[in-house]
Amino acid sequence: MSGFDWIVPVILTVITAATPLVFAGIGELVTEKSGVLNLGIEGMMLVGAVSGFIAATLTGNYFLAVAAAAVAGAIMAFLFGVLTLSLMANQVATGLALTLFGVGLSALMGQEFVGVPVSALAQLDIAGLSDIPFIGPILFAQDALVYLSFFMVGAVSWFLYKTKAGLILRAVGDSHDAAHSIGYPVIGIRYLAVMFGGAMSGIGGAYLSLAYTPMWAENMTAGRGWIALALIVFATWKPGLVLVGAYMFGGITILQLHAQAAGLNVPSQVLSMLPYLATVLVLVLISKDQSRIRKHAPACIGKIFHPAA
Amino acid sequence: MRNSDGTIPQLELRGITKAYPGCLANDHIDLKIMPGEIHALLGENGAGKSTLVKIIYGVLKADEGEIFWAGKPVTIPNPHTARNTGIGMVFQHFSLFEAMTVTENIALGMSGRQNMNKLEREIIEVSNNYGLPLQPHRQVHTLSVGEKQRIEIVRCLLQNPKLLIMDEPTSVLTPQEADKMFETLRRLSDEGVSILYISHKLDEIKALCHKATILRGGRYISECDPTQETAKSLAEMMIGTDLHAPEHSEQKARGPVRLKISNLSIDADVEFGVNLSAINFEVRGGEVFGIAGVAGNGQIELLAALNGETLSKESNVIILDGKEVGHFGPNQRRNLGLAFVPEDRLGHGSVPEMMLTENAFLSGYSRMDLMNSGFIDNGSTATYAADIVKKFDVRTPGINHTANSLSGGNLQKFIVGREVLQKPNVIIVAHPTWGVDAGAATFIHQTLINLAEDGAAVLVISQDLDELFAISNRIAVISEGRLSVGRELSEITIEEIGQLMGGTHGMGEKAETAHVT
Amino acid sequence: MLLKIEKRSEYSKAMVYLTPLIALALTVLTSILLFELLGVNPIEALYQFFVAPLDTEYEFSELFVKATPLMLCAIGLSVGFRANVWNIGAEGQLTMGAIVGSSLFIYFPETDSIFLLPVMIILGAVGGAAWAAIPAYLKTRFNANEILTSLMLVYVAILVLSMLVHGPWRDPAGFNFPESQTFSESADMPILVSGTRMHFGTLLALLAVFGAWIMMARTLVGFQVKVIGQAPRAGGYAGFSQKKVIWFALLFSGALAGVAGLSEVSGPIDQVLPSISPGYGFTAIIVAFLGRLHPVGIFFASLLMALTYLGGETAQINLGLPVAVTGVFQGMVLFFLLACDVLVHYRFRLNTARKATS
Repeated sequence: MSGFDWIVPVILTVITAATPLVFAGIGELVTEKSGVLNLGIEGMMLVGAVSGFIAATLTGNYFLAVAAAAVAGAIMAFLFGVLTLSLMANQVATGLALTLFGVGLSALMGQEFVGVPVSALAQLDIAGLSDIPFIGPILFAQDALVYLSFFMVGAVSWFLYKTKAGLILRAVGDSHDAAHSIGYPVIGIRYLAVMFGGAMSGIGGAYLSLAYTPMWAENMTAGRGWIALALIVFATWKPGLVLVGAYMFGGITILQLHAQAAGLNVPSQVLSMLPYLATVLVLVLISKDQSRIRKHAPACIGKIFHPAA
Repeated sequence: MRNSDGTIPQLELRGITKAYPGCLANDHIDLKIMPGEIHALLGENGAGKSTLVKIIYGVLKADEGEIFWAGKPVTIPNPHTARNTGIGMVFQHFSLFEAMTVTENIALGMSGRQNMNKLEREIIEVSNNYGLPLQPHRQVHTLSVGEKQRIEIVRCLLQNPKLLIMDEPTSVLTPQEADKMFETLRRLSDEGVSILYISHKLDEIKALCHKATILRGGRYISECDPTQETAKSLAEMMIGTDLHAPEHSEQKARGPVRLKISNLSIDADVEFGVNLSAINFEVRGGEVFGIAGVAGNGQIELLAALNGETLSKESNVIILDGKEVGHFGPNQRRNLGLAFVPEDRLGHGSVPEMMLTENAFLSGYSRMDLMNSGFIDNGSTATYAADIVKKFDVRTPGINHTANSLSGGNLQKFIVGREVLQKPNVIIVAHPTWGVDAGAATFIHQTLINLAEDGAAVLVISQDLDELFAISNRIAVISEGRLSVGRELSEITIEEIGQLMGGTHGMGEKAETAHVT
Repeated sequence: MLLKIEKRSEYSKAMVYLTPLIALALTVLTSILLFELLGVNPIEALYQFFVAPLDTEYEFSELFVKATPLMLCAIGLSVGFRANVWNIGAEGQLTMGAIVGSSLFIYFPETDSIFLLPVMIILGAVGGAAWAAIPAYLKTRFNANEILTSLMLVYVAILVLSMLVHGPWRDPAGFNFPESQTFSESADMPILVSGTRMHFGTLLALLAVFGAWIMMARTLVGFQVKVIGQAPRAGGYAGFSQKKVIWFALLFSGALAGVAGLSEVSGPIDQVLPSISPGYGFTAIIVAFLGRLHPVGIFFASLLMALTYLGGETAQINLGLPVAVTGVFQGMVLFFLLACDVLVHYRFRLNTARKATS
């Protein structure tokens, strides 16, 4: 028994490392399913992280904090929508701009909050169940956002594949011209999808600043927004696999912490490289099979839609 | 509102007007369709047919004019309203979602929520009822063009339309498939459904339609009874002037074989692509060889293999003027005298946002010697571009304007001109007059014939049988990546070509008569 | 909708040049609002940002010191962006160029050969190009998205640098600080104007501007880059190889970024530190776009962005404005530019359509 004591804490840290990726990934998945590629996740996460952190410090109310993060992320995504959907700007360039802007904006917003302590998001112990050994602390003693992340994966999956609205969203991503000629408001639908993605990224960012490491630091997402993008390719645009992928990356991220604790004689930098190298590796392995990507990727992804044409 | 004989038109348009920047697409158009009537909307490319039906279906908004439905004024702000009113539409470029199933596609074309299981049963029922077989679970990208069109028709029928709009429905069908579709349409007409049938194919309009409204340059020209008109009189109303068919001069003796393809097989690298299997043909100097076929039967792959964008495994499968070129890239083949006009003018044959000078350089830099000690020679490039514009009557304000600022016909003339001025020994042309106005089409046809008569070998791949019959000396048909034997124009009928296009004809005869030419 | 967006029949050449200026004007207007929000007199703030940094000759020369790495990186990136190759890892290539280039000095610190610096510059280019070769290989061989791979490699490169500086490259006489020994004179970039920090790297940057201009305007390589970027199928039709263009774009931009990195460590920094760039590789993306992906435009855009770095510092010292304002300002410029670019291909018209009803 005692030999396996480390398992529960390891799994718990994997969960905290994976949750931001689940949020960002599932949000971007919806955005991409509607045919829009938003490379600005990193920027939206940062602005979400700082907004949530500020709201938590000022109000002490974590519900408000998460809501603020979601709204902030959605506003950033709305900006992206104005540029790419209404003004038909290139989605790749605009996504980069959103990230660069988000890095600057979050640094500006958070400059007086660097180093301010907040208490971490509370665990919600589910009475009776959280005391079960082993699975209790893993399944029934998480904070609310972890439960929400699982709920969102289920909800998005249900929405996309079991509802007419989800069918329409996928249709818009498959062929915006056809959707337009049948009479669906392509631009409006895409705005909603993009803003949902932004809200989810915002919450993902807030998870970092409120739960993962309860504090604000510039650039604290450290590339997670980009990893979330890779995650969607890995998941071949399937919600369930986004969850699996997020936990895989979460596992790799915390590997460095535990490897160090275990006294592994490797420079810490090498271990820190692992998530980034793993991302590259996964991309290569998945992208190699081009026909598989082509089969699952929304056909209109990244393409500009101009209705009069 | 009543007609002279007392019935009320199902649909009446009065004074419909729609302007685009720099062009009046619809100029006060009137139209009347009676219940159960099959009404043709006839006109050339750019006559305003598509704009008009998009207004009826609520995709576009008219700037001016009135719409009456069964005698009552209506507004149709969007397709949902059109469908609820009782209007269904089958699009020319299908409004289908390739990655989805038949049932999902049909559900998307209906308003409100659907029970998928119930919908599936209805699809099977309606499709059996009208002889339009469909498998609800199939993904659309796995279907043939004819099947895709059936989805659109069934989608309309499920909503019990009073008016069915069909936009160029036969352009993608074999003659046999088209006949089958006509049966369905006649039956719907008997049941009281009005049909607005858009086409520029005169024979089928004469065979199918009760009335025809003719548009030209965005204006209403006349209404007539097509059964009482000749194809020639319809054509004159449609085009406005007399058209002369392209002229072949007296049959000259054909020259030596300039392009020889033997046993060309290519495995398509794309999932949705078509594999080419054992293609054989040869084109002699002085002749126009036409390849007919429904789109998506390997034309794209064949063109890429001939041009050099796809390299062949064996070098000797493509022989150009006696030289094995299967391993050569596009530029090497071009230097040996091969010219090429691709199907897609914008984005393949030209770079849309580049100037005409740059687009002249694109294919001409090596054969026209437009480089000077390692640098682009702007002077000779401009001369070359200006030469094309002048000799091929390309209407443009200047050679410094971009390719996408030209009309379809003018850009096609530019690209054909660019290739012809390179004095090719062999020229391959894909869909030379697709979406091109009648004047430019005639010009391009004559250019190709003249080129052949000067000794070049001309290969034309087209979906338009009228075009192939007008300019070719010999015709073959491509179907599912296989090419039938080339036959002299005098030895083959439209019906036989139709059968070959449908792929029903055995390829067996190929083996015995492979080298009849 | 009151305003209707209409596609122009041809893109507007005037707008290509005008939109960066409109975007700048909008950015300035918005930053006035931002300064008000931050409780600073906007006129004073704008003065501190854009005028004060150019007060003295020394400060003017600093503009070129900051603009040099931006120019080098942005010239390279612009060629990639023209080819539709989205290398956003210039920061990593810059870092790797600095590492590989300075390794020569680190391992042979006693050398005083006049060839030391030239070889270091070449090694810098090789290091940057090699780092960019990874995404090029993964893209052409496995079709892996270069945006993600090049960006992931930024983090890896910075970690490699950190590992070296904290480990084998640490100056033994440096009180255990994570930094290398300072460069010898023969490893230093020569100073162009005495009394300033303006160095030889600026000449290299100007050379890059000029060379890229000729290449893009007058050579077959530049033409291929443009065609493949705008219409890859037309490129295939003309016999151009997309793979070769991808390789070229990445190696070229990697090499220039590598030179930028080396010229930083053997120029103004003069030693290897864990952090050698305040994000030049990322700001260069903005510079490339603001310069319209044209070498001459990039020259001016890099000076402007360099000014925002200096202005940010001046405003921090004199007004207590946070340095992060620089980042916001840079982000805004790009945002407004992309928004205004709609005017290049479209025009706005008042919607005068009457309703089609009875």
